[in-house]
Amino acid sequence: MSSLLRAHQLTCIREDRVLFDELSFTVNAGDLIQIEGANGAGKTSLLRLLAGLSLPYEGEVRYQEQAITKCREDFYQDLTFIGHLAGVKGELTAIENLSFSLSLQQDNTDNIDNAIERVSLSGFEDSYASHLSAGQNRRIALARLWQSTSKIWILDEPFTAIDKAGVAQLEQLFLDHIAHGGAIVFTSHQELQIANQSAQRINLEDLI
Amino acid sequence: MSAPQSLSYRQLFWQVMHRDLKVAVHNKGDILNPLIFLVIVITLFPLGVGPETNLLTRIAPGIIWVAALLSALLSLERLFKNDYSDGSLEQMLLSPQPLFIMVLAKISAHWLLTGLPIILIAPLLALMLHMEPLAYPALMITLALGTPVLSLIGAIGVALTVGLKKGGVLLSLLILPLYIPVLIFATAAIEAAALNMPYSGHIAIISALLVLALTLSPFAVSAALRVSTN
Repeated sequence: MSSLLRAHQLTCIREDRVLFDELSFTVNAGDLIQIEGANGAGKTSLLRLLAGLSLPYEGEVRYQEQAITKCREDFYQDLTFIGHLAGVKGELTAIENLSFSLSLQQDNTDNIDNAIERVSLSGFEDSYASHLSAGQNRRIALARLWQSTSKIWILDEPFTAIDKAGVAQLEQLFLDHIAHGGAIVFTSHQELQIANQSAQRINLEDLI
Repeated sequence: MSAPQSLSYRQLFWQVMHRDLKVAVHNKGDILNPLIFLVIVITLFPLGVGPETNLLTRIAPGIIWVAALLSALLSLERLFKNDYSDGSLEQMLLSPQPLFIMVLAKISAHWLLTGLPIILIAPLLALMLHMEPLAYPALMITLALGTPVLSLIGAIGVALTVGLKKGGVLLSLLILPLYIPVLIFATAAIEAAALNMPYSGHIAIISALLVLALTLSPFAVSAALRVSTN
């Protein structure tokens, strides 16, 4: 299988502290990779490097063997990134938020109701996001995953504030996604079913 | 799964602008604040310097333009701050769509909310300051051409300082020197018009500034945003 995303000797330095040094790994189609580490170990920094939101101190991230800074448009076509901040506007309704972020990412905007239903937000479509709970706001952001046409998902703590049933649903979605040739890199502090079965782990603390 | 739907530049532009306007309608205070500031500053001047007509007539162009400039500065920070703090800016940076179109749409929305109201209210304020009737067209033209420049140039400063906790002072220091050419040529044009002299040269220079800002600033802003979120 061809590699989708490759981290090549990444070094990240924050506040004069080396978070990781010459970290290399490959993300292939069908991979589910969990990044582990204590708070402040550099999980979020690593995910932001992978997404190209910040630049590494040394090394580079390659998408299909090309540096991502050189092929931004192709890479972002194939990437769904959900960070700490959900990117949900409180002033817009759930459905407006979702359809805007979908069209921004050039994802499938048909059948949005289905995605809303999957994240159990039916009946809240027209409520302003600021009137919904933290978990529901998170679900608005996660609803994108059901509509996503991109192969690579980079998810920073996707399960935060999500209830048990929601987590189970997401895990199933993850399995479907990797079964269809996608790849997921994520961080989580929760004990997950799928993590034990099929995930590879990268522990940032073991590296130093 | 159907094929990814690619948006045309125009659709993208409208979508981003529409969203920004919708968000702004919910925060009415944000729209009104700069406008109220402008009106207050201008109404305070006759009280401060005395209601003497000749004096007011002479300083009216300067007062209106300086007030417009400061009120633009006041409203600028909102341009990217909310998007930065709720994560939607990240999503824009990660979009396969061209960033400069989205940036241009955001700046346009900002101008519609802050620049346009100033233009609409300006004749009333000019009347209050006893401005020379001959100068009204020049005032309107300079505002129409000049306020977009304020939004466009200001956006570069905001993009550079959006990641900073207290970027306010730095923003003023960065932006105000760049505003000065607009201020000089705009007030000079209005003064020339008041004396019934030709002012097309000044207008041409402001137009040139507008074209320059319109073509270059979206790219500068995009680059600055990528640096700021690093």
